[in-house]
Amino acid sequence: MDLTVADTIREIIRGHIAENDGVVLGQCLSAVGWIQNTIPAQTEGLIELPMTDVAGAGMAVGMAVAGRRPIFVIRYQSFLWLNSSPIVNYAAKCKEIWGYSCPVFVRAIADEGNGLGPVHSNCYHSIFMHMPGLPVCAPMTPGEYRQIWDWYMTHDDPLFVSEHRRCFRSAEELPDIVSDQSVFTIYAASAARFTAREAVRMLAEQGIVCDLVNVLWLKPFELSERTLAPLRRTGKGLMLDSAYEVAGAARSIAYELMDATGARVRALGMADRSPGASRHLENGTPTPERIAAAVKEMLT
Amino acid sequence: MVCCDDAGRADLRRPDLGAIPGLAATWPEARTLELFRRLCEIRHFDLRARRGQIEKDVDTLIYLSVGQESVAAGVSMAMRGSWLLGQHRGHSFYLAFDGRHEPLVDELLGLPTGCCGGMGGSPPIHDIERRIVGHIGLIGDQVPVAAGIALARPGERVVSVFGDGAAEEDYVLATLGMAASRKLPILFVCEDNDLSVLTPTRDRREWLLADVARGFGIEAVDIADDPWLVAHWAETLSDRLPAVMNVRTCRGLWHVGTGSDDNADWDRFALVRETLAELGLADKAAAIESETEKGVEELWTSRLRTRSAK
Repeated sequence: MDLTVADTIREIIRGHIAENDGVVLGQCLSAVGWIQNTIPAQTEGLIELPMTDVAGAGMAVGMAVAGRRPIFVIRYQSFLWLNSSPIVNYAAKCKEIWGYSCPVFVRAIADEGNGLGPVHSNCYHSIFMHMPGLPVCAPMTPGEYRQIWDWYMTHDDPLFVSEHRRCFRSAEELPDIVSDQSVFTIYAASAARFTAREAVRMLAEQGIVCDLVNVLWLKPFELSERTLAPLRRTGKGLMLDSAYEVAGAARSIAYELMDATGARVRALGMADRSPGASRHLENGTPTPERIAAAVKEMLT
Repeated sequence: MVCCDDAGRADLRRPDLGAIPGLAATWPEARTLELFRRLCEIRHFDLRARRGQIEKDVDTLIYLSVGQESVAAGVSMAMRGSWLLGQHRGHSFYLAFDGRHEPLVDELLGLPTGCCGGMGGSPPIHDIERRIVGHIGLIGDQVPVAAGIALARPGERVVSVFGDGAAEEDYVLATLGMAASRKLPILFVCEDNDLSVLTPTRDRREWLLADVARGFGIEAVDIADDPWLVAHWAETLSDRLPAVMNVRTCRGLWHVGTGSDDNADWDRFALVRETLAELGLADKAAAIESETEKGVEELWTSRLRTRSAK
């Protein structure tokens, strides 16, 4: 049976502890489910932090300075508002100020819906793209997770990994969908990768063929033939993300795409309002219906 | 609201708090003179840095340790070689823990050869090869980082320095709890000058750091900055870590920059000179002071010449 994303994360961590003297820090690591089965059920190499967000992040940073390549687990990205300072002010600036590295691997887990409400139902990776010295990625497949882990282990930078619970049970790889028949190019990051695929299918049924280009690295965004050629051909694009649209990753990347190609690119993300706990008040990743409507509007 | 114990608190701001009578006389002469040498290196370095800013050779923000030299000098007698994580007013600990002088001068002069390449001026100075780790400029944020280093390097001692203002940061208090729970080998040193910029402690809180530390189960002392006393406790506690030293001291100059309100509660450097005279070491102390002042001046002159040549 193929490994899911959760299986992949867990096995990477198990290997890191066993082979690299690695360590994992976080709150409630061994709680029911071991963070959705992404943490190996063992005590070796795991440090249960007290419920102190800022200090916990500082300790992870200290372990990175001392060379242990720690994995710092943040169970909900909402906690980032409390523990981001050591990550963006210490780890991210370390090399620029002092010339030594602080390679902390930040596992920040986003989630949405399920009654999580105004704070926890969210994805906040955009704010981390704002700070220099901190690469930001959003792997959604087992293969992509191994890819970003290999990057981390062969570089001496901190890495902000924006995970999303929607992908943990998936074992699927999500290749780009590119066709000469396409009239529109969709770009998608985080959990929007899944809704975008559904939107592409829906639009195809209506005779509208779209490309779908996956965005693994939010910062630096990959400006390459893979990402730019489809847009140059179709001339219109839409960048999707699971985070807020206003001042967010989707708009930032849409700007980069427009600047690189001259094509018109819009952005779609969470609406500019707090999500509610009740189903009728949810606000999350753009749905396939919302995406399809935005594409059709741009094509008219 | 009236402070819990205004009279008691005032009584803690005195130069003989926790004094051990006759302590200095029990030290070998060579060790006392080494302690004084470290004090002088800090004092004359920072007096020279002050002059550098007054004469506009230094145009970055500088945080000077004048008046507080004895805390770093005393702690270093027992803990030099440990990991050191200081704070923005950190020239004293950097020098006492054998940080290299030339990169520090260059940093203050804004040279690319500065210890931070000119990125930071005073606050983030570091010498990682000597285990002196940089501070980012947010008070107290080096304290949990110190705990991380202690977690990462079992068996290696860590000194975490902060001020009486930073002691109030939630993450500092949380780190004390973590250190207690995990028995981390950290010596927490609070340079308590009773001021957060210009706001006195009595306007900010009604608790004592040493009491809080003891509440966590950490051994703690609350003492004045007599350097022999500081060294004594640093050495005593070094085998009982984690531990907290709250050291009452007096900031001789403004929070930042070169100004002085000239209202320090005591002048520790003058008191040390008096003790040395009582020990019959006045002449040797004077020679050390003269020698270190000369060495500092030669270094600054050399680095200024280098800068001018560029």
